[in-house]
Amino acid sequence: MASFLIGAAGFILAMAALGLVRIIRGPTETDRMMAAQLLGTGGVAALLLLAVASHTPSIVDVALLLALLAAFASVAFVRSTVSRAAPSSDATALK
Amino acid sequence: MNFALNIFTVLAVAAGAFFFLAGTVGLLRFPDVLTRLHALTKADNLGLGLIVLGLLPHAGGLLGALKLIGIWLLVQLSGAIVTQLIASLTRQDGSRA
Amino acid sequence: MTVALAFDIGLGILLLAVAGWAVAACSTYAATIAFIVYGLLLAIAWVRLFAVDVALTEAAIGSGVTGMLLLSAAARLRVIEPAAVAAGTPLRIAVGISCALISVALAAAILFPPDVVFTLAPAAMAHLPESGLGNPVAGVLFVYRSLDTLLEKAVLLLALLGVWSLAPDRFWGGIPGLQVYRQRNAILIFFAQILPPLGIMVGIYMTWVGADHPGGAFQGGAVLAVMWILVMIAGLRDVPPIGQRWMRLLVVVGPVVFLAIGLAGFALAGAFLGYPAGYAKPFIIVIEVTLQISIAVTLGLLAAGPPERIQPQ
Repeated sequence: MASFLIGAAGFILAMAALGLVRIIRGPTETDRMMAAQLLGTGGVAALLLLAVASHTPSIVDVALLLALLAAFASVAFVRSTVSRAAPSSDATALK
Repeated sequence: MNFALNIFTVLAVAAGAFFFLAGTVGLLRFPDVLTRLHALTKADNLGLGLIVLGLLPHAGGLLGALKLIGIWLLVQLSGAIVTQLIASLTRQDGSRA
Repeated sequence: MTVALAFDIGLGILLLAVAGWAVAACSTYAATIAFIVYGLLLAIAWVRLFAVDVALTEAAIGSGVTGMLLLSAAARLRVIEPAAVAAGTPLRIAVGISCALISVALAAAILFPPDVVFTLAPAAMAHLPESGLGNPVAGVLFVYRSLDTLLEKAVLLLALLGVWSLAPDRFWGGIPGLQVYRQRNAILIFFAQILPPLGIMVGIYMTWVGADHPGGAFQGGAVLAVMWILVMIAGLRDVPPIGQRWMRLLVVVGPVVFLAIGLAGFALAGAFLGYPAGYAKPFIIVIEVTLQISIAVTLGLLAAGPPERIQPQ
């Protein structure tokens, strides 16, 4: 059972790694912003599987923190892209 | 009983991993950025939900199970809101450009 | 080859690939995204090394707050980035060689340790119950090496002063120039209203649980700081001017209380930062709570940046 769970965690991380190809190649800026979503969900899944596989409940706390931080990172990415994309057209959009 | 729970965990985790695969395939193959965003968020969150479902029997008591479900709900909530945020930004950029 | 070994090897290769992406990225913005992704993956690597406290800190501070600081820095550099001169090839080769040498030295230190590996771990674990703590990392931070923790707090304070000193003289005491969403984006405001209560609960929980399980004041403080930054970015609360009395009080309350307890240790336990027998846990709790508040406010102010104006807009 533990080997199966670790294998599933590895598979999910491999899926996240494949998704990173799109993040890197993505033609638009929006593709890059999805990096935190991808890693957030995949990382949380992998950590929860590792927590049960190694019988260490404290790893669930790491997954909790990862979920919060990934959400915040997405907001930070969006905020940076807004300030990049609209320096002149939307002068009231920024401070 | 233990054996049945293990079979349930294996099936649910395998189904969850399949949905992660589906999400990544969508992310790589869909033509438009909004469809890619949709594939990523919906499929990955469903995959996470199935994995959490599969891990519930091994979560170590009621409190551990509630914690797992709480994390899944948090990821759902933040995923939904962040997707809306990114999508509204993309639409603005598209209409402006 | 077991599944766990295959997982670790795959994670290592993925980390190297993401690091390569961060180095080779075209723009500072893409490199910062790569850095944040790298931090999130590194947290998983720390978990595999059974260092859950470090994994928590990596996710919270190493990836979250530092990533946010780098994004702000990248935004400020955006103006001059097209005119920046790329480093010459000899310099790049020299940097690459020195990084490789450092990596080889670290690998040699780990793979070929001296015959007798000196460790204090058994002694540390043996005396841990006397302090009332259950988490050995908390024991090292607040009992065995509490002097280091106190000095780290002073360093954090100095870093904040360093960021503030980047402002021109006429703006001293003014409002930091954190880039916020002035458009009143309804989705972001909703997010900033829903997430912080959860985040504050998680932050307090992280600090409280750090006594017996992985966690502690740093991780809890970083989560609180991140929630405050989110509220400021959404525009729900104004960025406070750095001259405000209550804010400066919150920034210093952690180190000051820590220092006071340390000096009181002369009278109570006969040594600087000594705790009286049987009363270690209450003192440590007071230190951790005040430290969490100070870390949260300091990290939030670090992310807000140097003051850029006096009048609120």
